[in-house]
This record gives sequence, C-alpha cells and structure tokens, in this order.
Amino acid sequence: MTLWGLKNLFSSHALLLWFRSMLELKGIRKSFGKTEAVRPTDLVIQDGEFFSMLGPSGCGKTTLLRMLGGFEKPTAGEIYLNGIRIDQLPPHERQCNTVFQRYALFPHLDVFENVAFGLRMRKISGTELNERVSEALELVQMKEYLHRSVTTLSGGQQQRIALARALINKPKVLLLDEPLSALDLKLRQQMKVELLSLQRCLKQTFIFVTHDQEEALSVSDRIAVMNKGVVDQVGTSQEIYEFPRTLFVAQFIGSMNTIEGEVKDFNSQAITLAGSAKRILTVKPSRDGFRPLPQVQSGLAVQMMIRPEKLKVLKSSPQPDQNYIEGMIKEVLYKGPVTQFLIQAKEIPSLMMTVVQTNSAVSAKKTFNMGDRVFAAWAPEDCILMGKDGPLPVSVFETEPLELRALP
Amino acid sequence: MSSQKSRTRYKLVPPIALPTMGWMLWFLMIPMGIVLIYSLVMKGIYGGIVWQMTFENYERAFDWLYLKIFLQSLKLALLTAISCLLIGYPMAYVIATANQKYRSALLILLIIPFWTNFVVRTYALKVLFSEQGPLNAAAMALGFFSEPISFSNSYGMVWIGMVTNYLPYMVLPLYVSIEKFDFSLLEAGRDLGASSWNNFWKVLVPLTKPGIITGFILVFTPALGEFLIPDLLGGARSMLMGNLITEQFLKMRDWPFGSALSIILMSIVLISLVIVIRVWMKEEQTKVEAEAAHGH
Amino acid sequence: MATEHRARPSPPFFASLVTAGTFLLLYIPLFVLVTYSFVQTDLDGNSSFTWNWYYEAVADSSLQQALWMSLMVGVWSTLGATLLGTTAALALERTDFPGKKIFDALTLVPLIVPEIVMALSLLIWFVILKISLGGISIVLAHITFSFSYVIITVRTRLADFDHSLEEAARDLGATPWKTFWKVTFPLIWPGILSGALMAFTLSFDDFLITFFTAGVGSDTLPVKLYSMIKFGISPKINALSTLILLATALLVLMIFRPKRSMKTISKESGETSVPDALKALG
Repeated sequence: MTLWGLKNLFSSHALLLWFRSMLELKGIRKSFGKTEAVRPTDLVIQDGEFFSMLGPSGCGKTTLLRMLGGFEKPTAGEIYLNGIRIDQLPPHERQCNTVFQRYALFPHLDVFENVAFGLRMRKISGTELNERVSEALELVQMKEYLHRSVTTLSGGQQQRIALARALINKPKVLLLDEPLSALDLKLRQQMKVELLSLQRCLKQTFIFVTHDQEEALSVSDRIAVMNKGVVDQVGTSQEIYEFPRTLFVAQFIGSMNTIEGEVKDFNSQAITLAGSAKRILTVKPSRDGFRPLPQVQSGLAVQMMIRPEKLKVLKSSPQPDQNYIEGMIKEVLYKGPVTQFLIQAKEIPSLMMTVVQTNSAVSAKKTFNMGDRVFAAWAPEDCILMGKDGPLPVSVFETEPLELRALP
Repeated sequence: MSSQKSRTRYKLVPPIALPTMGWMLWFLMIPMGIVLIYSLVMKGIYGGIVWQMTFENYERAFDWLYLKIFLQSLKLALLTAISCLLIGYPMAYVIATANQKYRSALLILLIIPFWTNFVVRTYALKVLFSEQGPLNAAAMALGFFSEPISFSNSYGMVWIGMVTNYLPYMVLPLYVSIEKFDFSLLEAGRDLGASSWNNFWKVLVPLTKPGIITGFILVFTPALGEFLIPDLLGGARSMLMGNLITEQFLKMRDWPFGSALSIILMSIVLISLVIVIRVWMKEEQTKVEAEAAHGH
Repeated sequence: MATEHRARPSPPFFASLVTAGTFLLLYIPLFVLVTYSFVQTDLDGNSSFTWNWYYEAVADSSLQQALWMSLMVGVWSTLGATLLGTTAALALERTDFPGKKIFDALTLVPLIVPEIVMALSLLIWFVILKISLGGISIVLAHITFSFSYVIITVRTRLADFDHSLEEAARDLGATPWKTFWKVTFPLIWPGILSGALMAFTLSFDDFLITFFTAGVGSDTLPVKLYSMIKFGISPKINALSTLILLATALLVLMIFRPKRSMKTISKESGETSVPDALKALG
C-alpha cells in the first residue's frame, strides 16, 4: 500500500469518526405517546469535550440525556459510543455515569458507601476500593467527610459527592442533568468553575444539560441549543451568541433588539434596509469574517437584530457610516458593572431599544438622564439579519461547521 | 425538568403483580360473586341451598320488619358519623395546633385505644355502664337516684359505643389535613375582616374537606354493618343490619336470605360512597371551572 | 412539604373542653377495667386488692390456646399479607401494564367492603372449597382483609422516595435485581415494617371475620373473649383485658415514640413524623 493510499484511508470518513468521535447519535427520536419529546436528531460529541445541551424546560434535552444514560429507550435511531452501539443496552452496561438533578444520593448509605457503590457493583473490594474512594473524594475535596451521613451534608457538598460517585467508575462519558440548578446563586457560580477545572484536568467527555444560558455559555466547548425536541444549532459559545442560526436561538440566548424592515439594495459587501426606521440601515459581514452576509433579494421583509451591548448611547448624531435610531431615554437602570437604558424610538412607537453600557470611569448614569433625547448607534458589522419568520440562507462561500458536515 | 417516572412497561401483566391478582380473584371477587348467586337461589329445608332461581329473598328483605332494621342501621350510622365529626373536628384541631411535644403525646393517647382490642374496648364500656358498675355506684353514692339505672341494652349505649369506637377513624384523617393546613391563611382571613366564625367556615373547613370526607367514609361505612357493639351493648332490642345478617347465617342457617341482605348492605355502602364522591367531585369541578373562568 | 415552624393559633376553649372530655370518655372505661381486675369482693360486699384474677387468667388453658392461636394466625397472615402487599405495591408504583387502573381500584375493595360481607362471602367460599374451618381458613381470611393496608403503606413509601435513586444505582452498574436489594428495599423497609405491623394488629384485633371463619376449637383471643363476655361478666375477663391493654400500649409507645431510635430515612421535616399507618388513613 502506498503512502498515498494510507493517507487516503486515514482521512476516510469512517475512520475519521472512529478516531475522533466518542459519542454519536444517529436519527435519535423519542415520543411519549403522541408527544414528540425528541425529534430525529444527529449529533457527534468529541472525546474530551465539554458539551452542553441548552434549552427551555420541555425542549427535550433531559430526554436526550436520559437516552444516553439508558433510562429511556429511543423510539428510533441509534447511539454509538466509540463505534459500539449502546442504545439498547441497560444503564448498568453502559460506560456512562450520571450526576442527577437532585443528586440522588442514597440516604441509607454514608459518604463512603455512596461513592463506593459503583465499585462494589463491579466486585472491587479491599485496598483498591479504599484507595479509589479516597482518590475520588480528594478530587472533589471531600476527603474529611468519609463517614458522614449524606443527609447531613449541604447542597454543595452533596453535589461533590454525587460527582465523585459518578466519576469513580472512570466513565467514558459523564452525564450531568442540571447539576447546579438546586444550588443557590453564589454556590452555583463556584461549582461551575470547579466543574470546569475538573473537566479540564480529567479530560473526560462531559455532557451537561442546563436551562441556564449563562452557565452553558461559560463552561462549554460546544453547545447544542434545543427547542421543541429539535436541536436548532450546535456550536461554540461564541458561534451561538454571535451568529444564531435560528430565530429561536437568537431570542433565547441573551437579549436582542429587533428592527423590522425590507431589503433595499445588496451587494457582496453590504445589504441596505429601508423600513420603519425611516433611515437606511446597513448590514455588513462581521469584521472577523465569522458572520457572513445572508442571501437576499430586494424587497424581502427582514428583521435586523442587535445585541444590547453592541449599541452605544450618544448625545449627538454619530458618524455617517454607523446605523442609528433616534429616541428618548425612558428608564435608566444602574446595575453595578453595567447600566441599562431603555430608549423609546422616535419614529417607531412600538420599538423600545435596550442598551447596556459598561460603567467605566466616567459613569454613564451621570451623563444621561431620563427624558434625554439620544441616539442609539451601532456598527453595520455588529448586527444580525434574519428573515421575517426564520433564518435566511447563508452565502455558499460560507463553510458549515464540522458537526453538521460530518454526518450524511 | 420534571423528573419523568420511567416505569417498566409490560405488554401483559408484570409477574410481580400476579400473586396479589390471583389472591384477589380467588378470595375476594369469586366469593363476592358467589354471595350474589346465593342471594338468588332458594334455601334448603335443613340449611343449605336448592339450585333454583328466585327473587324471593329480596322480596322478603323489603318486608316492613326488615326495612325498619335497615332504616335503623342507616340512622345510627349517620348519627355516629355526624357525632364523630362534631366531636372529632375540635379534637383534631386541638391536636394539630398543640405544640410539637404535646402533639405527639396527644396522638399517642388517641392511638392507644384505637389499637386496643375492639372487644376489650366494648367490654370496658359495658362494665362501666352496667347495673353494678361504677357509674351507677357513684351516682347512688352521690344520691342522684336510689336504684341502679339500666343503661345497657339501649339505643343510647350503642350510640356511645359506636362513637367512642369509631372516633379515631374520624380524628386521624382530620388531623392529617388540619396539620397540613397553612395557618397564615387564617391570619390573612382575619386581616381581611373575617370573624372567627367566617374564618372557620369559609377558610378552614373548605381547605380541610378531604379529611372530612375521608373521615366520614371511614366511620360511616363500617358503622353500617357493625355487629359487635349492638350485640354486646344493645342486646336484642336494637337489632341492626350486621346482627340480622349474622343471625341469618350462623343461627337460622338461611344463607340465601343472609346473602340477599348483605348484597343490599353492599349496595347501600356503594351508593353512599358514590354520592359522597359525586358531591365532592362536583365541587372540585365548579372550582376548576371558576379558576378557568378567572384565567380568561 | 412546607416545613413551617410558625406558631399556630391556640384553639378555642370549647374545643379543648371537647377534647379533654372525649379523652376521658375514651380512657375512663379502660381505667375502670384495670381497677376491677385487681379487686376482689367477698360475700359481705367488702372489696380488697388481689392478683387472683391474673393467676386464673394465665392458668386457663383455653385462654392459652386462644392466645397461641391468635399469635400463630397473626404471624402467618402478616407474612402473607406483607408479601402480597409489597409485591403489589411495587407493581403499582414501578410498572405499567394494561388494566393497571382496574387492578389499582380493586386493591381498595377490601377497605370498603363491609367486614360482615367479606366474612360471610369467605365462609361460603371455604365451605364450597371444602376447606375445613380452623387455623388455615382464618389465616386465608386475614390475609384477604389486611393486604390492602400493606399496599397503602408501602406505596406511600415508594412514592415518597426519589425515583432517580434507582436510576442512579442502575447508572453505577447495578443490575435491576441488585438495585432492588441495595437501594429500593432498604428504603422501603420502614414502610414494609409498618405495613406488617398494621397487618399483625388488624389480625390480632379482628373479631367478626374470625368469628365467621373459625371452626370449633380454633377460637382466637377476641372470639374467646366474646364468648366469655356473652356467658357473663367475670373478673377473669378484666384481668385478661388488662393484659391485652398493656401489651397494646407498650407496642404503640414502641412504634410511635416521638423520636425513633431507628434511623428512618424520611424527608427531613421537622414535623412529627406522621406514621405511615396514619398517613394511610388520610
């Protein structure tokens, strides 16, 4: 076999998947009676990835996770772990372990026995058992609680024990079902960081289900945003936030100011809009080339979306190459690190713009007051264009993300 | 978010349910079916039955003689249930509002007689109220009357026996629902100008209704077929359905007639259960409707 | 489960009065019974303290026999009812099958059928089946009326605990069988225990159904007591009743101690743990 042939073989589709992907979902579907909890879904999760599934409650993310764990059987489709089909295996024969939403620690067993449970099921005992339990407890910094009753532990401590218990069998994939939702805010933020550093150090695949977007954005390598049983978009936090591919993703993640209009003119560099704003607004591809221009025709009804932090509040009219809307400050909300302005657009009675500005040395609050006439301005590169009822097709030059291409 | 319960689905019946199902069929359903069949056949001359279908047993049961016994039983069961409710509600309230320490003590005090042998309890009442009993002795010593009064074998005695016996069945469910009651609602009621009476009637009672209904069913149903209390305390004079049926079965050996009587007893119990549940459901229904109307 | 420790309103005076009065009415007869069991009255009408009635009661061989019968019937019917009740509770809480709702409804039948109807239906059935009336027929009858109570207590327990505990065990590599013995069973054990206790008490207390299904010479204690009472009031009955009373009180105190020494795994509520048996009624 020639070197070329070898190279060709290695780059072939199947082997690529074999080496690089850990977990592969093919056409997974789940229905409970008539309700479709998860519609046919393809997904590939890489080895060592911190992968989140994000969505509102009832979007199917937990059902998807439960199918990975083996607690639900898919109605259709297949799941492969390292190329081996697992979707028909019972939970105890899968190399996945789960951290449950409310931890599900066994109340009749102490900390040690809870953590040792998985090992005992594998008939491991004696010194190996002891060593591995204390190793796992050390990992979560709970070594001194060895013989405490789990019911006496605080929420954060229970969380750690649940982690140690799930990690002790060295699972190929760790499934986390909203593990932070039962904790209070402070603890949640702390545990989030700990979880991330734990994952970085173990280099294990974590699949993390959450409805909290900030949580998902800050810890994940990649996120799958789900809505009504469908994975709307898969991508890095940045992709999801900066370049939402569906209306739902745009509106669910962060907040958006939406201005309606129609396409007036377009070329490869820019699209101009006319409409309710009574001013020509321009859209350009983002500076890093991350977000290309979509394909449009003249007269197409569209909506322009701008994140609040991309807007600037100005007293005088901005540079001519900037987009802007004139308006009046209706409310100034001082929030500590940032100030949020609500600006009533002059020409569009139904439009209330939200602007968030960092409170730098010159405090924003001092210079702007309620009732001030101001301009909310933004760069043409900083806005997203969507169709009236859904996303617009993206130009053919744009490359699709790997996970969408990887599967036929 | 809401943890779905993943239950193992079986196409037929899980093996684990089979023993109980079999038992229920064999010792509950079939025997009851046989009672129904027996109620429709004729009595043999020397006990036993003759396999010939007849409605005679039911016709006989609607004789005024027996009808009177039915009514008497119904009256006593109702009276017992209402008395238990009237006595039990304040008791449950006292127990539920007592502080932690006393609450457990009061509950235990209530449960001890409840768990004490039924025959012993009934017998104790009989002793207390007997002609040579302490009550008569005390009354005579205090000079209330010169001759011992016979309490026994009276309707009143049976009533006292029934109420004391069934009271815990009323108090416990009432206690459970009053205990769960959020007492700040009473403060809210007060705050909005409700009198104590209105507060009780318009807030506490509606919210503890499940307890009231459970208690009522738990007292009324067994009281209807009670045998021992009227037998020991009421003597021959207050014959009730339970005694009548027992007599037909164990003394008269008229099993078909006894079966017919028990079918009637069953029917009364079921009908009253259905009525109670209907009334309750109706109220729930109007509540739901009201909420729905409110929402729009 | 709202654990609120706020002060509750003090009840109106008449309610306390009713409560006190009723407790008196419940306890005075028992008190009188206990007192009488120690009193001996001679021909002149003078009363004195005595243990005689206790000696007589304990020495009575027919009573010993009845007690033995009661205990045996209690133990066997408790075993049967607990087994039936626990398996049925597991089936109802953990599986789905066609006709489950009907099964569920039918398990409540023994609770609403008047005792006397169940008693005579079983009597007829035993006669038809030619099962001789005695210990075995009593045990069969007792299982029939008591397993529903076990179902209720075990189910409450099963419904109470987080289903994900079982999933966690499976997730950690336990087979269904191991999951049951390592997790489910230890957690529902208190429920099974209180169900069994309830079944035993029901069996030990039962009069009517035993009265119908007992044959000659197989009287249990309550039936024996009944026939003695029918025969006439005797001080021996007082002594026997006192003994039964004492045993019950000890049992109740043991079970419903405010703070159980046995670690029961309940949701950490500061409230008095309403015993499962009690919950079953509510």
